[in-house]
Amino acid sequence: MSHQTHAMAQIQRQIMWNRLIAVVEEQAQIMIRTAFSTTVREAGDLSAGIFDRQGRMMAQAVTGTPGHVNSMAESVGHFLLKFPLSSMRPGDHYITNDPWLGTGHLHDLTVVTPAFHNGIAVGIFANTAHVIDIGGLGMGPEGRSVFEEGMYIPIVKCFDRGVPNETFFDFMRVGSRLPVELEGDIYSLCACNDAAVRRLVEMMDEFEMDSLDPLAEFVFDLSHRATLAEIAKLPKGVFGGEIWSDGYEQPVRLQASMSILDDAIEVDFAGTSGLSSRGINVPPAYCRAYASFGIKCVVAPEIPNNWASLAPFRMKIPEGCILNAPRPYPVSVRHVIGHLLPDLMMGCLHQAVPDRVTAEGASSLWNPPLRGGSSVSGQSRGNKPVIADFEIITFNSGGTGARRTADGLDATAFPSGVRTMPVEATENVAPLIVWRKELKPDSGGAGRTRGGVGQIMEFATKGDLEFAVNASFDRIGHAPKGREGGLDGGNGVVRFKSGGLLRTKGYQVVPDGDRLILELPGGAGMGDPTTRDPAAVARDVRDGLVSVANAKALYNVDVSNPKG
Amino acid sequence: MQASRLAVDIGGTFTDLALEHQGGRTTIKVLTTPAAPEQGVLDGVRAILTAAGVAAGEIGLIVHGTTLATNAIIERKGAKTALLTTEGFRDVIAMGNESRYDQYDLDIVLPRPLVPRYLRLPVPERLDNTGKVLRPLDEAAVRALIPTLRAEGVEAIAVGFLHAFVNPDHERRVRAILAEELPDVPVSISSEVSPEMREWERFSTTVANAYVQPMMARYLRRLEADLRTQGLNAPLFLMMSGGGLTTIDTACRFPIRLVESGPAGGAIFSAHIARQCGLENVLSFDMGGTTAKICLIDAFKPQTARTFEVARVGRFRKGSGLPLRIPVIEMVEIGAGGGSIAHVDSLGRIGVGPESAGADPGPACYGRGGTHPAVTDANLSLGRYDPATFAGGSMTLDTAAAHDALLADVGSKLALTAEMAGLAVIEMVDENMANAARVHAIESGKTYEGRTLIAFGGGGPVHACRVAEKIGITRVLVPSGAGVGSAIGFLRAPVGYEVVRSLYQRFSRFDVQAVNGLLVSMRDEAIAAVRPGSFGAPLSEVRTAYMRYVGQGHEIPVPLPTKILGPDDVADIRAAYDREYARFYDRPVPGSDVEIMSYAVVVATIADAAEETRASGTLFVPEVAPSRTQPVRDTVTGEVSDWGIYPRASLPVGARIQGPAIVTEDETSTLIGPAWSATVDTLGYLELTREAA
Repeated sequence: MSHQTHAMAQIQRQIMWNRLIAVVEEQAQIMIRTAFSTTVREAGDLSAGIFDRQGRMMAQAVTGTPGHVNSMAESVGHFLLKFPLSSMRPGDHYITNDPWLGTGHLHDLTVVTPAFHNGIAVGIFANTAHVIDIGGLGMGPEGRSVFEEGMYIPIVKCFDRGVPNETFFDFMRVGSRLPVELEGDIYSLCACNDAAVRRLVEMMDEFEMDSLDPLAEFVFDLSHRATLAEIAKLPKGVFGGEIWSDGYEQPVRLQASMSILDDAIEVDFAGTSGLSSRGINVPPAYCRAYASFGIKCVVAPEIPNNWASLAPFRMKIPEGCILNAPRPYPVSVRHVIGHLLPDLMMGCLHQAVPDRVTAEGASSLWNPPLRGGSSVSGQSRGNKPVIADFEIITFNSGGTGARRTADGLDATAFPSGVRTMPVEATENVAPLIVWRKELKPDSGGAGRTRGGVGQIMEFATKGDLEFAVNASFDRIGHAPKGREGGLDGGNGVVRFKSGGLLRTKGYQVVPDGDRLILELPGGAGMGDPTTRDPAAVARDVRDGLVSVANAKALYNVDVSNPKG
Repeated sequence: MQASRLAVDIGGTFTDLALEHQGGRTTIKVLTTPAAPEQGVLDGVRAILTAAGVAAGEIGLIVHGTTLATNAIIERKGAKTALLTTEGFRDVIAMGNESRYDQYDLDIVLPRPLVPRYLRLPVPERLDNTGKVLRPLDEAAVRALIPTLRAEGVEAIAVGFLHAFVNPDHERRVRAILAEELPDVPVSISSEVSPEMREWERFSTTVANAYVQPMMARYLRRLEADLRTQGLNAPLFLMMSGGGLTTIDTACRFPIRLVESGPAGGAIFSAHIARQCGLENVLSFDMGGTTAKICLIDAFKPQTARTFEVARVGRFRKGSGLPLRIPVIEMVEIGAGGGSIAHVDSLGRIGVGPESAGADPGPACYGRGGTHPAVTDANLSLGRYDPATFAGGSMTLDTAAAHDALLADVGSKLALTAEMAGLAVIEMVDENMANAARVHAIESGKTYEGRTLIAFGGGGPVHACRVAEKIGITRVLVPSGAGVGSAIGFLRAPVGYEVVRSLYQRFSRFDVQAVNGLLVSMRDEAIAAVRPGSFGAPLSEVRTAYMRYVGQGHEIPVPLPTKILGPDDVADIRAAYDREYARFYDRPVPGSDVEIMSYAVVVATIADAAEETRASGTLFVPEVAPSRTQPVRDTVTGEVSDWGIYPRASLPVGARIQGPAIVTEDETSTLIGPAWSATVDTLGYLELTREAA
């Protein structure tokens, strides 16, 4: 091959890789635009990607959330074990919500679609989305086994050569509280894979490709080498850390020992607490997903996610620990603990590369599933009015941990990639009044850089009638920890407006005349607070984010005239 | 016989002017004078009047667009602004949607709100989603804020209350109190600036309006006075982001509607050309020094939207700017222009932009100290420019400097020669633009099949053929006047105004009476805004409903009849929705109810029909020969061959050129790829056609 032919081939492979990423991005955008569940279209709780014929992920959309992305990467292999590629036909779509074959709880549907070019199966598209209702108890920790948590869909064909499997859809329609949304979402997942297949075929025609395999090897080779090059820059050694969750019955310890090797980073979770009888358990794929995400943000944030760039991050998760829940343990709100894993990984990495990590943040999403009406209050309460039936979940976040050179982010999701809904939209789909949603002063952990500030939310129904919350909140008994002398973030609080506290996990009723107040945690600080720029302290005091008293007590800054 | 008309477009670097007089057109560019922009305008006006030989008194209409409002937000040079908002919600504009626009970047920077927290002042009051008062407005609490507003020297005030778009009473009452106490401070209320659901977007828009209002009002009044003293007594209109023109009074009240007027002018320019040439479906492609803008135009109307982001902090990333909910011409803007800088990442992948060399130092080949390779350097390395005649010979390009930069930043890292590095950079930037265009089509439910690409801006005609190939377009049009397209577009814009209101209803319980009442009041408001500038011209009215399946997230626009709706119309509206939905997403969802989120009413003057259109029929085809040839490297094959060079000014109507060739003019070069041919139509436009493969 002449130098120039070689150069042209090299340039063309780069263009093709770029195009492949554009194809999966289109796949994700179509899903967002056609999905019915607010969890997908408003919150962005989804992922999309393309896989080679062996089920290795080649590219994934940057749109999406880490828990889905990395666990979906494992999922396609399970589909191929049951339905080998040679058995698949154009127009087939396969689906599951098995927490152990997909992304960790029944609310996540994964759809897999073969891509054919000139009659040959050349690759596979997959996507995952969090649907709003899958029957069962509904999203929350109360189930004692996965069977209570909703309908369980094994890997089945939902479309056979373009024809819907009506038997399957019949089951879906009767088993969900929101059958239209569920069916619409499944159609949407299949349609976005169809569109991606069409786009891939166009691309292969344009570049005169017979197979994706050479491109896959090119992508994997560059990604793997680049990831190893980043690992090589790290000091070698074994670094340990732990983090605590409030748990359901009792506090849960997550322990990790991270070995930075020449060609891999291995994490051993020995020492982690055992399983819970409630739905906070984490299936192993979800543990790997969030642990890898945490490592990747620090070590190789610019390298795109694919099979080869994720391969050097290896996890040993002991059997019987809460991060390796076996079937049929309940797993509905596995995110409560899963979201703490990036903080745990950064605790380990802090010992190796202290300049590249953040302090701990609120991390676990606070997504209150709220429910009202007959299923809470019964069909009638004599002469007392009952609120109209509603079922809603919002996604809200506390503060993120302080960064090395910047404060943490106030009320912003991390590690989750989801968005919240406007209060006005929430109040239009449910008979709720959100009386307060604002930042919580003094909740950002003090430090040279300050933790992101948490928020306070106050929920009631119209007319202050009773409703219920299926609580799955964390960081109440165990606040985010600061680093290098930075102080802890403010802990969360779950209380009634009338004064008493709620349990942090589980189904509870907010009675007539009362309201639910959530105080979301703040991120932790980094570095000695007394070394913080006094002007930054004064600005925080002026903005009401730090009290005059805390400015003096924690930062040793006198702000006698906060208006000045 | 139309009076002479003058358009002025203030951009970041240049102020463009276009004057149309007795069927002729004069255009010039002068430098923008950022400290006192009206100075550059006046200089330009004097120059263009002289050049065209037209007296000030002969000008019958002046249309103006400016980036001043946008720049004030980007550079944070607006007024000291306070936000009065519902108690419990003072942080809405700081929290946004609680998300990060980049999942992996731990050092991510989020946009800072325009109003700091200490000036976001809570007011006790609360409405529910139907507009019912849950907590009455505490007027004493509002008055108690006055000393703070005075002491802080607040120059503008925004008022944003939850659900105020349903019931504006509390906001209006607060404005009245402020008018009594602080008569000199302008007040923007959310129920007027952006009366739609979603508090973050509405408050953000209202705050931005207040933030730019004092400065824009001062500037516009000053400009008007200065033009009058020059003897220009013609009415002055302002170009809005939605593509319509408005009066100074309206512009002073809602200056946020003036952002992005330049790009809107470009889209209208394209729409006008599409009409002249009878092209139903086009893609407008405007590539300048820093960005490329892509806009879909169907039936001679640019696609419109109601949301927009300004002042993105994250490399043009979606979600990294401040949201604005105003009527806008919808376009995608990506960081791909002649100045965009190429680099190689840690994986050995070539990236282009969004960092730009700008005008200073500019690409390496400008010889002004730029050392990183820009797209212009890559084009030069492929032989696409003649270094001696670039920009009409106003500067000589340094080919060696371009090669050095390409080799240092790209070639040496990938074992490529400077020329092949240049090829890689061009292929990548073309690919990026094509990918952005593809995603945009998907988001709009459109395809590129049968579409014509209209290319303008300095870079558009250079990259048009290859981008068209990548998205499956086989026809490209390069109009004349492409360097000042936005200013020409201003002269084609109707005087118009768009009113948008939210009124949430399930379609199964469609309240015809309420909708009729709303639409009539919206029409009246729009007419009131248009009438001062329409001078009795006939007006058109377009009504649109934004609808979706109950439970779905993205509404689609559905046209409504312009009349009082009766019960019989309901079924027709539902049928129109189903048609539109199927067009966007192939498959309607059986058995689902539909909900209506909001309505839009646009009132505008009817576009001047007496326009010059392209003559059809067989043309006499004169022989044309290239003025010379130049070795150019083709990006598809990598091979170098001699391409013919044709100065555009020398091409007669009907001339036909077989690619590969380059047509040169001062402002740009049109590349005619090897698979393409070009003809010059009766308007002097170049029409490029790709031969069937």
